Amino acid sequence: MSDTTNEKPLRIVLAKLGLDGHDRGLKVVARMLRDGGLEVIYLGLRQTTDQVIAAVEQEDADAIGISMLNGGHLALSQKMINAINEAEAGVPLIVGGIVPEADVEKLNEMGVAAILGPGSSSEDCVASVRAAVAALA
Amino acid sequence: MNQPTSGLRGLPVSDIFTRACDGDRRAIGRVLSIAERGGTDSIELGELAHKLTGNAHVVGITGAPGAGKSTLTGRLAATLAASGRRVAVLAIDPSSPVTGGAILGDRIRMDEHNYGTGTFIRSMATRGQGGGLAVAVPAAIRILDAVGFEIVIVETVGVGQIEIDIAGTADTTAIVVTPGWGDAVQANKAGLLELADVFVVNKADRPGASDSRRDLELMLDLSDTSEWRPDIVLTVGTEGDGVDDLITELARHRQHLADAGQLEARRRRRAQHELRVRAGDALANRLKDALNSAEGQSIITAMASGGASPASSLDRLLDELYPN
Amino acid sequence: MADAPGDNTQAREEWQEAFDASKMRDVDFQTMSGVPVDPVYGDAPYPGQYPYTRGVYPSMYRSRLWTMRMFAGFGTAEDTNGRFKELLRSGGTGLSTAFDMPTLMGRDSDHDWALGEVGKAGVAIDTLADMEDLFADIDLSGVSTSMTINGPSPILMAMYVAVAENSGVERSKLGGTIQADILKEYQAQKEYIFPPRPSMRLITDMMKFTSAEMPRWHPISISGYHIREAGSTAAQELAFTLGNGFAYIEAAIEAGLDVDDFAPRLSFFFNSHLDFFEEIGKFRAARRIWARWLKERYGAKTEKALLMRFHTQTAGVSLTAQQPEINIARVAIQALAGVLGGTQSLHTDSFDEALALPTEKAARIALRTQQIIAHETGAANVADPLGGSDYVEWMTDEMERQAEAIFAHIDNLGDGSMLEGAYAGIDNGYYVGEIADAAYRFEREINAGRRIVVGVNDFTEGDDSDNDTLYIGAEVEEYQLKRLGDVKQKRDAEAVQSALNNLVAVASTPDQNTMPAFIDAVKAYATEGEIVDALEGVYGTYVEKAII
Repeated sequence: MSDTTNEKPLRIVLAKLGLDGHDRGLKVVARMLRDGGLEVIYLGLRQTTDQVIAAVEQEDADAIGISMLNGGHLALSQKMINAINEAEAGVPLIVGGIVPEADVEKLNEMGVAAILGPGSSSEDCVASVRAAVAALA
Repeated sequence: MNQPTSGLRGLPVSDIFTRACDGDRRAIGRVLSIAERGGTDSIELGELAHKLTGNAHVVGITGAPGAGKSTLTGRLAATLAASGRRVAVLAIDPSSPVTGGAILGDRIRMDEHNYGTGTFIRSMATRGQGGGLAVAVPAAIRILDAVGFEIVIVETVGVGQIEIDIAGTADTTAIVVTPGWGDAVQANKAGLLELADVFVVNKADRPGASDSRRDLELMLDLSDTSEWRPDIVLTVGTEGDGVDDLITELARHRQHLADAGQLEARRRRRAQHELRVRAGDALANRLKDALNSAEGQSIITAMASGGASPASSLDRLLDELYPN
Repeated sequence: MADAPGDNTQAREEWQEAFDASKMRDVDFQTMSGVPVDPVYGDAPYPGQYPYTRGVYPSMYRSRLWTMRMFAGFGTAEDTNGRFKELLRSGGTGLSTAFDMPTLMGRDSDHDWALGEVGKAGVAIDTLADMEDLFADIDLSGVSTSMTINGPSPILMAMYVAVAENSGVERSKLGGTIQADILKEYQAQKEYIFPPRPSMRLITDMMKFTSAEMPRWHPISISGYHIREAGSTAAQELAFTLGNGFAYIEAAIEAGLDVDDFAPRLSFFFNSHLDFFEEIGKFRAARRIWARWLKERYGAKTEKALLMRFHTQTAGVSLTAQQPEINIARVAIQALAGVLGGTQSLHTDSFDEALALPTEKAARIALRTQQIIAHETGAANVADPLGGSDYVEWMTDEMERQAEAIFAHIDNLGDGSMLEGAYAGIDNGYYVGEIADAAYRFEREINAGRRIVVGVNDFTEGDDSDNDTLYIGAEVEEYQLKRLGDVKQKRDAEAVQSALNNLVAVASTPDQNTMPAFIDAVKAYATEGEIVDALEGVYGTYVEKAII
């Protein structure tokens, strides 16, 4: 009979934490994910971790993506992870931007689900988000 | 699609709904998804929720792209929240018809004044499918009403018919234009003016605001306003100017609906619209099934080969659809 | 479009006269094989002649090489002060200051947002005390200081004046540049604080103040660099930047300044990217457009007002994290394009900048790259050596044609005002949308393999990722927080409050110049963040519309 269930597209909150204003990468990724069939809740620049969590709750998002270029990735990723845990938001964190090789492992240990460096393709981005969400399910 | 783990994972719908009624924002977020998605859970949720509805004032805000609706909606919500009202916003953006994906960016401007105020903001994509939004939005409104929001603002871009219908089925519909003659004319062409319970000339600090007001007055003079004549409110969304006037006007319209016994009529109109869309979807699905069945295929073959007339073929198909 | 053919003989004679009057560097202008070369080839108009397509000076690099300006700043004010003094000891006269992100955004080091960014990408300045440390024991009347800051530029400008005056140097003796190009912040770099119009008012106040009281100061450096880095095309970089330049000219005229006095104080800052000939065409077109618009639209009468002088930096965004050493080749090609395009100064990026802040070795290689171009290639011997090439002339015309189409759009948005057009384009998302579209198109071409980025989507073998990178520890942040706490404790809290109140009052009154109130506030040791907070109370905070 009739199918009344709509497949819910994955929803991801994209934001930049802190003061860094480089949003070229985040905007390109937003479009890539949209073209990959995701719903992107775009928060843009200068968000706090609390704002990101509030958006995740109200939007019932499946994942969080943050991007960083100014070397603040360790401190800010940790802050975001803490906020996710504290709120029991249960969503994976994906980090994009410039992450030195030496820090990749630190981020992984921290609980970052995926890291998207410069030159990541559209397919990489979409696949990383889907895999990160599936891994938590 | 699997849901990620969270404190809500594995809970029955009724428990999540209870939490939502207690004000748990994550639970509200989740039940909105369930309602939006449809299916068995949403039917159960609908049964729980609809008994609790009928209290919220549903306000539709629409207008051309670039009219400053998000900013104005944000200000409106924040001002209402500051006066102690419980406010929810549904911000509706189009999805890509090809991929089904969407970028929902209205939160940015709304968060500016609402973060920390208790205002609940939910972005919804149109998700392409026919009538999907016409079902999902009323469902979401019912949830927000049921969990205790006093004012539910639905913001859409007044371009597509579906968006216009949604705005038009609110209790009170505000149409936003910007200074300049062209905007009001466009709104008129799009059929927006007839829907208006309140007119807003936003960005009223720009030249031409009083001209726009005059143009709108002129149009109203030519229409039948015996029951209700929409007021024209001048606002500057970025500054918050005129938002208090808008609130007064929205409340005045709501009072008028109650006094004139129109509230009921509005809700009937909304119910009828939703029912029509839901029925249309259901019937379309049945029709598709019928046409794809062996009997359906044989009816098509018979008509195509000239062996059966269109009228007799339709009779056979209707028998297939409604066996009794 | 193209340069009108003039009377060649007369133009040549005039050029020769101007050339002969220029001083020359003491080097032999000949090829490596000993063949002497002329200072310029081809037809009029020659370098130094309107519309200056071929260069702003008749002798170009034969008189003076471009300035090899390397931008630096890190850690605490004291650290950078040490760097400055070393630079001055070794004969430098120009100090170029990079500020950290909290300073650039008008936030104190103890602000929530500042976490992890204090002293990271530049020096941290919270109060006048930090500025005093930054310039301690440096005679400010004898140096030229460049400050790369935009949103809070009046505060930093006020601090610079205050440091000078407290050490007995009059403000009229101060020379240098402050970037203060606020329009491109809303369009591309995103380091804005207040909404566009109040920001423009503050910048205009600063222009008026420096025009009246600081004759040696350049109040704006109009920057396309960040527009390009955000993803624009070459023509968009050219057009948005010059369009902003016209907007500042209009603002200055509105504020009662004379275009012939004001225009010569402006300087420009462009990106040099990888498409060699497109970049050269862009630089040549930039000079021509500026001269024509200033003369024809804004009625400038003096030659100085028509000359576009610019700084160039190689494209940071073109550097790859994969096989980072090959970035040295990219930077060399970009730097050569800047020189052949006639730049007045040049910053070359370090090869490891896609990974982290540059190491000392990487920064040295970048400087050496410029020195090779200057001293080994012969590129500095002949002015505009590519002028007259059919391709380069066509590309120059094409860049101009595309730019003019964009100007027409902006002018139309502003009903005949480039300044109003800039505001309108910011408000309706025109700039941000155009840039995002271009960036996405570029990225998709790479993804689809239609555009090859060596080491990224082709020729990927050999990435050993075995490079040292520079780390800045958390000590800087700790030190800075303590310093800020000490200053706050020692200062006269009442004086701070009264200076802030006065600033707010002046800022709320359209006709008064805010600069004196800024100077009073910083002299009372109000922090940068306190000043910004006070002004946000008057002007609000800008939030970008989501244009993606």
